[in-house]
Parts: sequence; C-alpha cells; structure tokens
Amino acid sequence: MSDAIRTSTPIFVRESMTADRAPPVSNAGPAAWIRDNLFPTPLSSVITLLALLFLAWALPPLVRWLFIDAIWSAPNGDLCRAPGAGACWAYVWQKLGFFMYGSYPREEVWRVNLVLLSGAALVVWMLWPDARGRGGAALAFFTVYPVLAFGILTGSAPFPTRWLPTSGTGQLLWAFLYVVLIAGAGTLFYTGRLTALAMAMIGFVAWAEIGAWWPTLGLSHVGTNLWGGIFVSLLVATVGIVFSLPIGIVLALGRRSQMPIVRFLSVLLIEFVRGVPLITVLVMANTMLPLFVPQDWSPDRLLRPLIGVALFSAVYMAEVVRGGLQAIPKGQYEGAMAVGLSWWQMMQLIVLPQALVTVIPGIVNSFIALFKDTTLVAIVGIFDFLKAVETARLDPVWAGPSISTSGYVFAAFFYFVFCFGMSRYSLMMERRHAAGRKR
Amino acid sequence: MPPAANDKGVAMVAPELLKPAPLTSPVAVEMTKVNKWYGNFHVLRDVDLEVARGEKIVICGPSGSGKSTLIRCINRLEEHQEGRIVVDGVELTDDLGRIDEIRRDVGMVFQHFNLFPHLTILENCTLALIWVRRMPKRDADEIAMHYLRRVRIPEQADKYPGQLSGGQQQRVAIARALCMSPKIMLFDEPTSALDPEMVKEVLETMERLASDGMTMLVVTHEMGFARQVADRVIFMDRGEIVEMNDPESFFTNPRHERTKLFLGQILR
Repeated sequence: MSDAIRTSTPIFVRESMTADRAPPVSNAGPAAWIRDNLFPTPLSSVITLLALLFLAWALPPLVRWLFIDAIWSAPNGDLCRAPGAGACWAYVWQKLGFFMYGSYPREEVWRVNLVLLSGAALVVWMLWPDARGRGGAALAFFTVYPVLAFGILTGSAPFPTRWLPTSGTGQLLWAFLYVVLIAGAGTLFYTGRLTALAMAMIGFVAWAEIGAWWPTLGLSHVGTNLWGGIFVSLLVATVGIVFSLPIGIVLALGRRSQMPIVRFLSVLLIEFVRGVPLITVLVMANTMLPLFVPQDWSPDRLLRPLIGVALFSAVYMAEVVRGGLQAIPKGQYEGAMAVGLSWWQMMQLIVLPQALVTVIPGIVNSFIALFKDTTLVAIVGIFDFLKAVETARLDPVWAGPSISTSGYVFAAFFYFVFCFGMSRYSLMMERRHAAGRKR
Repeated sequence: MPPAANDKGVAMVAPELLKPAPLTSPVAVEMTKVNKWYGNFHVLRDVDLEVARGEKIVICGPSGSGKSTLIRCINRLEEHQEGRIVVDGVELTDDLGRIDEIRRDVGMVFQHFNLFPHLTILENCTLALIWVRRMPKRDADEIAMHYLRRVRIPEQADKYPGQLSGGQQQRVAIARALCMSPKIMLFDEPTSALDPEMVKEVLETMERLASDGMTMLVVTHEMGFARQVADRVIFMDRGEIVEMNDPESFFTNPRHERTKLFLGQILR
C-alpha cells in the first residue's frame, strides 16, 4: 500500500478540448542547414573537411581536361596529340556515325533512325504515367513495331515468304484459309467474345499480306553482319528487357507451382542458367543453338546472343519476381479465391500486380545489369557500341592516348545516362504506387 | 463515377440486376462425418451439421478448436479428407469447376478483411462481378454502389482500403461478398481484429443482413450478437461439436462441462 496521504480523490473532468496549435518554428535557413547537416559533431566536421579537400584536389583538373583544354573540333588527331591537350571531342564527333550505326551502309542509316526514333516515341508514350492511350502504344510496341522494325532494318520481308505456297492448289488452300480466318475473326469480334483471338487472326492475315507486299518497297538487303554500334546495343538491351520480364514471371510462377514436374523444370532451368557466367551462355547460344535445329532454320548470328541474353536475365528476373510473390500475404489469395476468381485471374488481377510493384527496385536493378551486360555480346562477334569504340581507336589518323580515353569517357557517359534514367523512372513509379495504397 | 453515385439513400439499381439468389435446396449446408487433419493434427473429428435455408448459426469455442477450419471447408479454402460436404445440393469434390461454382454462391468475410490494397473500394467490389460474372462495368458499378450504400459507406467508393478504418474496411468486405449475390455467407471472426469502437458498426451491418433472411454461419465471440441473431449456437472443442442449442438455452443452461467452463471464462 502506498503511504501517500491524500485529502481527497483527484477528480478531473475536461471542460473544453484544446485547439490545434502550429508546431514551434525551427531555426531554418542555410546557416542552420549547414550546421545541422555538415558540422553536427567533431567527427562529421572532419569528414566534411576531408571531402571538401578531396573535391578541391580532384575537380579542377577533371574540369580542365573535360572542358577547358578539350579539343572541340579538329580535322585529325594532331591537335589532340599536342602536349597539354585535354579530351578530344572532335574525335567523338568525327566517329559518331560509326559509334551509332557500326558498318550499316551510310546511305541507308535513315532506316535505323526511323526505327530508333519511332521506337523511342512509342516507349516514351507507353511509359509516360498519365498519357492517354498507353495501352495502344504498348500493343503497337510489342506486336506491330518489332515486325516492321525487322522489315525496315533488314530490307527483307518481315514474314517468311517461303511458307507461301506457289502451286495452284497451294494458293487455293491459302485463299481458303484467308476466308476462314477473316470470317472467323469478324464473327468473334462482332460477338465481343474472344476479342484477343480475333485480333490475332486479323494480325496473322495482315502480317502475311504485308510480307507478300514488302519487297515492292525496294529496300536493299542489309545483313546483320553490318549492324553495329549504339543501335545494336539498344536492340540487344530492349529485346532482353522485353523478354526477360514475362519469361521471368512464368519461371517464378513455375517455381512456386504445386505441380512437381513444372516446379522441377523451372528450378532446373533457373539454377542451371544462373549457375554459369553470361559469357558461357553466349558462347553456348552461339555454337550450340545451330546444332539443335535444321540447317535451314539456323538462327541468325545476331539472334543467338539475343536469345542468350534474354534467357540469362530471365532467370535472374524469376528470382526477383519470386521474392515479390512471397511477400504477398496468404489472405490475398484467400480473398481472391473466396470471391470466385480462377487461379489465372487471381494471379493476373490480385497477386502479380502487387508482387511486381513490391519488387520494382529489383526489376530495374536487373534491367540496369542487363543493359551493361550487353557489352559482352562482343565476345561472340556482335559489333556493339563498346566494340565500336574499341575499333575506332585503332584508326591511325586518330591514334593517341587522350583520344582513346575520350572515346571511353563518351561510352561511360552513354551507359550512365541510360542506367540513371531507368533508376529515376523506377523511383518515380515506386512513389506513384506507394501513394494512398499502404496496406 | 458510376451513375448511381448521387447517393440519396434510394436504390437506383435496375431490379433485375439484384435478383435474389434463392437456395435451390431447403438444406443449405450438409456435413456428414467430416474429418480433416493438418499433417498428423486431427483438426476436425466426425463433424455432423445440417444448416437449413435462412438459418443463422453462431459457432464459438477456444482457439484451435477447429471452428474456422469448419467454415473454411464449406467454400473449400480447406479440403476435408473424409466425409461429405454438400452445399446447396452440390457435393464438394476435387472437380475444380464445381468449386468455382460453390465459391461464387458462398460469400466469405475474414478476420483481417483481405481487401485488395491496390484496388479502390469500388474496384474491390466490382472485380468478381466483371471477371467471374462477366458483367459490363456499368452494371457492376451500379450493383457495387447499391451494396456500399447498404453498408453505409458509398462516399468511400474511390478511396483505397489503406485509407479506411478497420470497421469501414470490414463493411467493404461484407459489401464485396454481397455483390456476388451469395446464397450463404460465412463470417470468420469478423470483429476480432477491430478496435472496440468499430465492432458495433460491423455487427449492426450483420444484423441487418440477418433480418433480410440470409443464411449465415458466423464464427465469433460476440455473445450479444449470438443471443440476438442466432437460431442455433454451436460450441466446438478439439475439433468436435460439443454442444448445440438455441441461444437462450445455450447461455442460460449449458449442459456440457466444457461449455460451462468456456462460458464461465468469457462471460464475467
């Protein structure tokens, strides 16, 4: 028992509620900020001073080399070889076409530009958060665009025309198939059911038609052996990114499947491909893929590393997505099942949207790694951007130590811009998805 | 916004969209000698239960007594290993199509709501109508707004679940289940995760639903609700039905020792 002596029980009843008050004003301003953030403790002050010293030591020569002493225009490497000369931007400017397109015929590079610009426009449209018709842009980018891009870049028909029969009966059969497909697509479209199948049928007919009509455009054939530079790096990265995510999702779902064989095959593929270096995957894709298929079907030399890169990043993606799937509480599955959704609907509408948003940082991390890994396709003879920089420095007109360095600095700048852009975009998407949706 | 959003408290939904879903069989749920194990743990032992059309049943018991498992077997969130469960004349088997059919007709409300946090309140309610019932979005919106009015939160339709209080979320969960016009409603401790101030609004919603004639199986420890609403109270322990009686006799005159002990613990 307490020894406290009270004369009466303390009674309290509030008579009026206290009104809100503004928080106390903090001593803001630049001086306070510097004190709080740069010199809060003696140790922090020492570190701040050391950092400032380092910057004072490193920055001026760097700025001088990059900008002040840099050679901005020159007919050849003589100026850049002079003592005290900085970066040789004249060389980068001179070789820009080679960096961009590799050995793609100069009079045909408009085709590459057309494909790159239209692709960039579609990507920006598709990824712009509040743009109208994003779904349409995505559909175009993933279906029509690759076919047309292939046709424009190679100059060959974007449809394997040897499938088209030439004999009389063959053409009759072909015409019959057309009538069936168009009539079927029309019916399906009209009744509103299986719209996707109807679109696929229309797409097939359109594809074949364009394929038959394509050669009349008179585009010259440009083999993939002439492709190179930034354009090929972007192509490999885009194909890798576009394929790695869906394949990764399928593998992640397979790994968590109840079906033992599906699970075993997924685990086998993931662990096998993840367990070997990318270079090994590329070399295997290059030498072994042709052995698995008939000689006529032997994949193009550019297609082989594309498959290798996509597969390699897909298995990493699978593990990232699996992490996201594991973060979804069991109650979400039960809620989805209880309202009667099927397994596919549950995955598509409830589980994957939440899982993928959870792992946006991991997904973009994989994309960034993939983007830089594209430089490794040079090992199997693909002339990517870094290989172009490597080759250009052998030109005797532009030989010189600071000239070579300038090329590499430019390459570093290019990779940094793209990776940093991806990183910023993912941060923006994370913030948008986080708003108002906390669990 | 859906057309029905100008809330005046009057239902503006075309009546044919809110067709009552009568049970085809006079027996809503029939369980015969149902047994279930989690690994070696015998969680349901020879459970026999018959629920009539329109009947309200409250199931109580200590934790781990199998009461949640029992109602989760009815829409096959759990699989029973022995015995028969017949829901509205359809026996639960491994036939996937049948299970989807049952789940469409049996609504469920969970302890932790299990709303979809990435969808708005309205989308939470319309999702199954659009994807399972294949209903046009307009009609689905109308139905969802109708039920959101019935649980008295139509003004929250465009918010996300994370922005609502627990009681509001649970009422959304009830509306989401009702949108599918279920024949039977299962409630798995619907008020256990709520702050005390929120319990009443959820119980009132359930009482209104009961007075509309819904067949309900409710796992709860809200004895006031049981007294007022239930036709029968079931007490479970160790996976068995220990005692079953009308609420009045159950609370005033429990017969089994275990029931007396349990009621003594919770009714102080």
